[in-house]
Amino acid sequence: MRHTITVLVENEFGVLSRVAGLFSGRGFNIDSLSVAPTNEESISRMTIVTRGDDQILEQITKHLNKLIDVIKVIDFTGESAVEREMALIKVTAEDADRAEVLRIVDIFRAKVIDVTPKSYTIEATGAPAKIDAILELLRPLGLKELVRTGPVAIGRGAKGWKG
Amino acid sequence: MKLTGARILLECLKLEGVDTVFGYPGGTVINIYDELYSFPEIRHILPRHEQAGVHAADGYARASGKVGVAIATSGPGATNTVTGIATAYMDSIPLVVITGQVPTHLIGNDAFQEVDIVGITRPCTKHNFLVKNVKELAGIVKKAFYIARTGRPGPVLIDLPKDVQVAVTEFKYPDKVELRSYKPTVSGHPKQVEKAASLILAARKPVLYVGGGAILANAADELRELAETLHAPVTTTLMGLGAFPEDSPLSLGLLGMHGTYYANMAVTESDLLVAIGARFDDRVTGKIPAFAPHAKIIHMDVDPTSIRKNVRVDLPIVGDVRDILVKLRKVFEENRDGVDGFRKAIKPWLAEIDGWKAKHPMTYRESASVIKPQTVIRKLRALSDPDAIIATDVGQHQMWTAQFFSFTRPRTLLSSGGLGTMGYGLPAAMGAQVAFPGRQVIAICGDGGFQMNLQELATLVQNRLPVKICVMNNNYLGMVRQWQELFFDKRYSQTVLDLPIDFVKLAEAFGAAGFTASKPEEVEETIRKGFSTPGPVIMEFKIAREEKVLPMVPAGASLNEMVLAS
Repeated sequence: MRHTITVLVENEFGVLSRVAGLFSGRGFNIDSLSVAPTNEESISRMTIVTRGDDQILEQITKHLNKLIDVIKVIDFTGESAVEREMALIKVTAEDADRAEVLRIVDIFRAKVIDVTPKSYTIEATGAPAKIDAILELLRPLGLKELVRTGPVAIGRGAKGWKG
Repeated sequence: MKLTGARILLECLKLEGVDTVFGYPGGTVINIYDELYSFPEIRHILPRHEQAGVHAADGYARASGKVGVAIATSGPGATNTVTGIATAYMDSIPLVVITGQVPTHLIGNDAFQEVDIVGITRPCTKHNFLVKNVKELAGIVKKAFYIARTGRPGPVLIDLPKDVQVAVTEFKYPDKVELRSYKPTVSGHPKQVEKAASLILAARKPVLYVGGGAILANAADELRELAETLHAPVTTTLMGLGAFPEDSPLSLGLLGMHGTYYANMAVTESDLLVAIGARFDDRVTGKIPAFAPHAKIIHMDVDPTSIRKNVRVDLPIVGDVRDILVKLRKVFEENRDGVDGFRKAIKPWLAEIDGWKAKHPMTYRESASVIKPQTVIRKLRALSDPDAIIATDVGQHQMWTAQFFSFTRPRTLLSSGGLGTMGYGLPAAMGAQVAFPGRQVIAICGDGGFQMNLQELATLVQNRLPVKICVMNNNYLGMVRQWQELFFDKRYSQTVLDLPIDFVKLAEAFGAAGFTASKPEEVEETIRKGFSTPGPVIMEFKIAREEKVLPMVPAGASLNEMVLAS
C-alpha cells in the first residue's frame, strides 16, 4: 500500500544520506522524495512516498525515528492530508496539436511557461493523480521531457507540525 | 584560556572518565598524540593494527560496561576500523571511535590518506560526526558519549580534520546533552508490564528467552530473581550467555542453531515466550513459521525497531530491560497467591523439560586417542577462576565454548555474535585484560581466526597483558568445513589450513610462552602450565580434526529438526 511519510529532520550535513541509506540498506522502496528547509531554519522537511504492508511501514517509521537527526515522523496515510505535486512537461506541439495542448492546459488549470514553434513547456500542479491524468492526455501528442517534484503533503485542519 | 582542538578532545575524554584509549598514530592525528604527553591519566595502548584497536576497545567495553575509545588516523587507518565498528554495532557495544581527517579545505580533493569515513561508517554506526569547526568539538564529544551509551548502545564515530585539531577556541565542556531528536524510551510502560504479568501467570509452558540486552542493561540479578520467583526455565542466546547462571537447574543453556535439544524443544512447545533483550536473530529462530508456533510472545527491548522485525509479537514493552524487570518484580510481589498458583501449575512443564534433558543432554563422544575440543573447554572451566573472562573468535570453537563452558556471570563472555568477526577474540581479550588487570582473561580461538590478528601478541607482551590464548587447532576453517561435510558432499574447498604452524615458536618469537598438547592426557597439564606461567601464553590444542558442532539445526530448518550428537 502507498504511504506518504513526512519526516522532520535536523538541517544537518549528511542527513539526506542517512535517510536514503536507511531505505536502500534495508530494502525499503522510495517512490519519491522531496526535501527543503521549513520556516524554522534548523529543520528540514522531507516527504517520502513509499509502499509496503503494515509490518514494513511499521519498520520504516520506527527506523526513521531511530535516526539521531530525525525529530518527527508522520505517516499521513489514512489521515486527512493534502498532497500536491508539480510537474514541468515539455510536449511536442505542431499544427493542429498546438490548440489541443492549450485546451488540455486550460482544463487542468496548468500554465504554459515556455513556447517554441514546435513545443510547449507546461507547468502543472495538483494531487499526484491529477498530474497522472494530464500526462495521460499529453502523452499521445509526444512527451519530449518530464520532471516531477514528487508530492509534498500537509495535514488538514488547524493543527500544525513545526518541529 | 583558549585551547587547541587536539587538547580539547583529550580534555573531553578526561572529563568523560576515559582511562584508556586504544589507538594508532598517523599524519592526521599526530597533534592528538603530541598532546597525550599532558594527560598521564589516560593510558594509551598501541595495537599493531587499527582493527585490533577497535576490537580491544570493544572487549574493554563489554567486560567493563564502560564506553570503549579508539583512535585511528585518516584513510587506511580509518578504513581499518570499519570491521571493528561493524562488530560493535551488530552487538550494540558502546564505543567512541575518533578518526583523523585531512584538513577541511582538502576534503573532497582526493588528498593523501583521505577517505569519506563518515560516509563509509554511516550504516554501521549508531551515529557519526564530522567536526567542521573547533567551536563544535566539545559539544560533539559530549553528544558522542551520550549517544553511545544510552538507549540501545552502539558505536559513534567522530571524524576530526587536522586543521580543527590545530585551531583554538575557548574550552567549555557542556554539563548535559539536550537532543530534541534523540530521546530513547527507557522506562517500560507500567500498563504493559501489568499485562505481561497477567500473560505470564496465565501461561502453563513459559520460557524466558534472554539475549545480550539483559547484559547490556546490567539486569542479570533482576533476571535471576524473576526466574527463581516464577520457577521459569531460561534459555539464552550466544550474546545472553552469562546473564543467567548455567549451573542453575532452571537453565536450558543456549538455544538456536547450535542450542541444546531441550532449549529448542522447550521453545517449540512453549505457550509463552518472554523475550528479554533479544532480537529473534535467524540463528536463533530457524524457520520462522515453525518458531514457537503455539506461543504468545512478550518482547521487552529498548529498541522499538527490534520489535515485530522478524516475528509477530503479542505484547511489546519498549524500555530498559532492567527497568521493566524491576517493575515486573513489583507486580509479582503484590500477587504472591498468583505466583504460588503459577509455580504449581507449571510443574508438569518443568517435568517435561527434565525429560528432554534426560533424553538428550549436552554430550559428545570422548576419545582416548585424540583431543576432543569439548574436553578442552570443560577443563578450561574447571581450572580457571570463577570470574575469568573468556573471549572467543568465530566458528566451531566459539560454539563449543558457548555449549560447554557453562557461564555463570554476566560480562564474562566476549564474542562477536551479530557480525561473526573472525580475528575478534585475541584483541577483545586484550581490551578486557586492560580493563581488569587482576582477572584471568582467556582467549579461545581457532587456528583460522587466531591468524587474523596474531600480530597482537606483540601488544600483549609489550604491555605485560597476561592473556592466556587457547588455539583449538584442527588445521581447518572448521565451521565452513562442517557445512561442506554436511551440505557440500565433503568438498573441502579452500578450508584446509595445511601448513603446520609451530605455535610454540610463534609465541617465543614475540617473547611470550607457548605450550602444545596433542594427546588427551596432555590437556590438563598444558592448561595448568599455561595458567601458571606469567605473562601472555599460547596453549595449542591439536584437536580431533573433523569434530562437528552438534546439535545443529540446518539453516532454514525449524528448531525441533536438530541433528544430534551420537
